[in-house]
Amino acid sequence: MIRYFSSNFSHLILLIGIFIMIIPVWLIFASSTHTALIINTQGLQFFLGDKFLENYTKVLLYEGGFFKEITALKMFLNSFLMATGVAFLSVISSLMTAYVLVYFRVKYATLLFWIIFITILVPLELRIFPTYSVMSTLNLVNSYWGLIIPISASAIATLFFRQFYKTIPDELLESAKLDGANTWRFFIDFLVPLSKTMIVAMFIFMFVFGYNQYLWPILVTSSEQYWTVVMGLKMMSGSIVNKFAFVIMSMIPPVLIIIVLQKYFIKGIFQDK
Amino acid sequence: MSFLELNKVTKIYPNGTKAVHETSMNVENGEFMVFVGPSGCGKSTLLRMIAGLEDITEGYINLDGILINKVDPSERDVAMVFQNYALYPHMNVYNNLAYGLKNRGISKEDIEKKVNEAAKLLQISEYLQRKPSMLSGGQRQRVAMGRAIVRNPKIFLFDEPLSNLDAKLRIQMRLEIKKLQQKVGVTSIFVTHDQVEAMTLADRLAVINNGLIEQLGTPIEIYNNPKSMFVAGFIGSPQMNFLEGELKNKTLTSEGFEINNVTSDFNGPVILGIRPEHMSQTDKGLINLSVDLVEQLGSDNLIYGEIKNKKDFCFRCPGSQIIKKGSKLSLNINDNNYYVFDKSNGNRVN
Repeated sequence: MIRYFSSNFSHLILLIGIFIMIIPVWLIFASSTHTALIINTQGLQFFLGDKFLENYTKVLLYEGGFFKEITALKMFLNSFLMATGVAFLSVISSLMTAYVLVYFRVKYATLLFWIIFITILVPLELRIFPTYSVMSTLNLVNSYWGLIIPISASAIATLFFRQFYKTIPDELLESAKLDGANTWRFFIDFLVPLSKTMIVAMFIFMFVFGYNQYLWPILVTSSEQYWTVVMGLKMMSGSIVNKFAFVIMSMIPPVLIIIVLQKYFIKGIFQDK
Repeated sequence: MSFLELNKVTKIYPNGTKAVHETSMNVENGEFMVFVGPSGCGKSTLLRMIAGLEDITEGYINLDGILINKVDPSERDVAMVFQNYALYPHMNVYNNLAYGLKNRGISKEDIEKKVNEAAKLLQISEYLQRKPSMLSGGQRQRVAMGRAIVRNPKIFLFDEPLSNLDAKLRIQMRLEIKKLQQKVGVTSIFVTHDQVEAMTLADRLAVINNGLIEQLGTPIEIYNNPKSMFVAGFIGSPQMNFLEGELKNKTLTSEGFEINNVTSDFNGPVILGIRPEHMSQTDKGLINLSVDLVEQLGSDNLIYGEIKNKKDFCFRCPGSQIIKKGSKLSLNINDNNYYVFDKSNGNRVN
């Protein structure tokens, strides 16, 4: 009885939490399906209007910016490329860094790791000038690589992989050695499949991180060609409903990636433990 | 030349700990050698040096006529079964067995044939598609053995592979390992701290203490003729009784009794060792035991009691004999089956 009550109670709290988070989103979504006139005169709308298709197609194909070089569709492509690039590169680099730190006979590996780790205290915003100057020397300003590379080294992901590798018993490595696995094979045949779950989790995490970048893309791109969705949120001109529609659409990719990959994520957790 | 030769092999860890002292031994082809000793005695280190998982500080190891000191573990052609099995958790049983073969560039058909043969031998054919997490302890043990067998290595190395199993399964697997080794005929080295395992499995066993081989021989040799107090105490269950005493002119005085005509010229303080199973009850025996505790094992009774200053003296008698707590027993040593050790260094003197 008590259990029944307490589980219901916790469900109630969860439901309240969901409502608090969902309601503003729903308000924006419902409002984005009306005409600008209704929003301007009657405020935000709780119920759906009939301008959904009209507003959203307009936004997707609307040519924004000063030079009219960019559409929302292109922004989505840019954001997707940037977020995927950041996620891929940071997962791969963290996997490998952690591998070296844990399994190679590196002198002062722990010290090195902590040096890597304290870069968390130095976010991109703090080192933005030197980073920009490096990118401009490398001629990477106004390019996808310029957007991606500077934020593709993740100390947090390195921490996660390192801690995970440390829990893998040494016998596994020794046994693999006796079975003729070299350094590279052990990484590919053992560590990568064993950290599958964590790779997916880190991929989601870094994808959303890359997608949400705002300051860096603004600085490193001057051409409208490279505008990302989050930049577009600020730069977008047009009527209020179009902005709402854009806000709603901007949420779709991160939500989608979580929904799609969550399946593997949970599968990994329940099968391989 | 022996199949496996260890010559003055020494291991010193970077922090200065000497784990193995100049150890030399030979293992013949097809022999089942057991390293037995208390934990931390260096037996696992020795095994790992043979496997190539630890560097050899000094000395050399020859396997099948080849010096293997600097040979990479993967090229030594040795297979090892680990204490926690170290199965590859993300691969199914088939791939666990096949992995080492794949790395050797063996063709798919041959791999399949070999894996199936090994699986049949170990009766794990029906689990080939399962992951290790879906197997029981005994099945995992078999897979670990299969992984070793399938490669047909020069030598099997077992690092306490039975210690994670429950008592009943351990005895069963012990039997299976021995049978399998006899069938396959591969030279094997088995490390354990369990003296029963050591006695039952070994063709020859090496009792190791503090990084030194205390004694090397067949189980029965070592049981009947321990060279030191350590070996005497370690081999045999229940443990040998040790009594303090004095040996003078071939007469040993200890805890209220005397033994004459001891075959030793040693004079001075000694330790007298008597195995619990080497005594029997008589009317007027040497040793007077007042019984404190009786452990009835069914086939045997273990009687614990006091003789003069020595507590927990153990005597083993058939289970049919009924002995009550508090009673007094008079015991004789059968056929002069006693051992005398120098008290200062533990060496056998009779």
